[in-house]
Amino acid sequence: MPLTPPAEPVISGHNRETTEDPELKMNWASFYAVISGVNRHSTGIGRIWISVLFIFRILVLVVAAESVWGDEKSGFTCNTQQPGCNSVCYDHFFPISHIRLWALQLILVSTPALLVAMHVAHRRHVDKRLYKLSGRTNPKDLEQIKTQKMKITGALWWTYVISLLFRIVLEVIFMYLFYMIYPGYKMIRLVKCDSYPCPNTVDCFVSRPTEKTVFTVFMLTASGVCILLNIGEVVFLVGKACSKHLHTAGDSTMGAWIQQKLCSF
Amino acid sequence: MQHGCPDDVEYFHANNLTADTRMSWPVLYAQIVGANRHSTSLGKVWLSVLFIFRVMVLVVAAESVWGDEQSDFTCNTLQPGCENVCYDQFFPVSHIRLWCLQLVFVSTPALLVAMYVAYRNHSDKKRLLQGSGRAGFRSNKDPDEDLETLKRRRLPIAGALWWTYACSLVFRLLFEGGFMYALYVVYDGFQMPRLVQCDQWPCPNLVDCFISRPTEKTIFTVFMATASSICMVLNMAELAYLVAKAVTRSLGGQKERKTCRKSSRERMQNKTNQKLFVST
Repeated sequence: MPLTPPAEPVISGHNRETTEDPELKMNWASFYAVISGVNRHSTGIGRIWISVLFIFRILVLVVAAESVWGDEKSGFTCNTQQPGCNSVCYDHFFPISHIRLWALQLILVSTPALLVAMHVAHRRHVDKRLYKLSGRTNPKDLEQIKTQKMKITGALWWTYVISLLFRIVLEVIFMYLFYMIYPGYKMIRLVKCDSYPCPNTVDCFVSRPTEKTVFTVFMLTASGVCILLNIGEVVFLVGKACSKHLHTAGDSTMGAWIQQKLCSF
Repeated sequence: MQHGCPDDVEYFHANNLTADTRMSWPVLYAQIVGANRHSTSLGKVWLSVLFIFRVMVLVVAAESVWGDEQSDFTCNTLQPGCENVCYDQFFPVSHIRLWCLQLVFVSTPALLVAMYVAYRNHSDKKRLLQGSGRAGFRSNKDPDEDLETLKRRRLPIAGALWWTYACSLVFRLLFEGGFMYALYVVYDGFQMPRLVQCDQWPCPNLVDCFISRPTEKTIFTVFMATASSICMVLNMAELAYLVAKAVTRSLGGQKERKTCRKSSRERMQNKTNQKLFVST
């Protein structure tokens, strides 16, 4: 079995100047390879969503945000020499870091797209079997099945819409979690802490609060844009399906009734 | 190529490969994906869950949470050596290393399947080449084309391959369960405490030691334990599916054999009837 390293990703070339761990970028890049494979079967809005996700969220996270939060613990200073007070106060005010929350959000939000990829793979498998049963074993036909673009109709339409709804729900859940853990989305400069072993109440100072606020607002805006794109895509798909249904149901009583009503206005 | 020799570094730099691409998660991924061609759909879902929710989360998020685990482990004492000793007592093996080992052990049974498939392909190739040699130039098909279809074909999961596959699933389940149990036993549950009290020599009396980022560590431990349980459920479902498939196949085969025997008996009866008819 040959050991083949993965193809050089687009993002990693940009990041080589930083002191980032190359294996880290390799994993976001291999994630990109997996998700962008779904791109072929998405609508136009879906492709815009994938670009916004990778350029304005993942790339910004890896290239900029991680270095802003890099010294979040070492730069968190409390006005005391009591050992352990720093650790305890940091843990009390930052149960989970923004960076980890964003990384989890991006991973969870991208994975419903894999539902669509699995459905497409299943459909292709079924088509191949039908071709073989009907006697068409020409390798060109089988290759064509692999490369043809699937139309978003029938069961695939439902899978696609369900994946979009999951995406929207997960994005909203994470935005709500952010609001719960860090009220107001703003990073404060000073926190007051009195957990054991800190003697009395102690002032603790957060490192780079303004820069963190700027990036938090940026990532939330990008998240909001992604939610809007997903809602737009759902509306587009539902509208397309409705109009197709109306066209094909021209002879049925329901379609005729609707057409009659529309004509009467 | 021998791993670990100093010449390897120059070889790899000369070939524009960094030391990280040599033996890292993407290399393991490439190996496992190759073996994945012969797995069921549940197996493919399992592989995605493994690499996206476990390996990716480990590399992208968890490793930075545990990055400062020893440097930020602080004890309420100035006694040199106390922090080292207490850290070593409470963290015999770090979570990150346990998870890395777990992921490596859990991924490797898939290579059993890959080895078996390679062995099958090798023996079929030998048979094909011997067959084409004996037939000489009488066959119309190009032997290279046959070899290519041999390489690309997908073997059905039956016979010895079924047993290999089922064994690999059982090993996967054992490794997952074993590592989860080990983590639970070593750290007394999945929760990371904020404060531990230590009285190992050279610490004077009982000393408070504070762990860095305990809440974040607890969140990630629970996340990884959940992902591990999901993988175990997928493996059990896959095993149940394989067993059910094998049972239905054997039942179907028995029915066929019964109808075959019945029809051959009928044919014998018809023949004797015909003979009798003809003779009368």
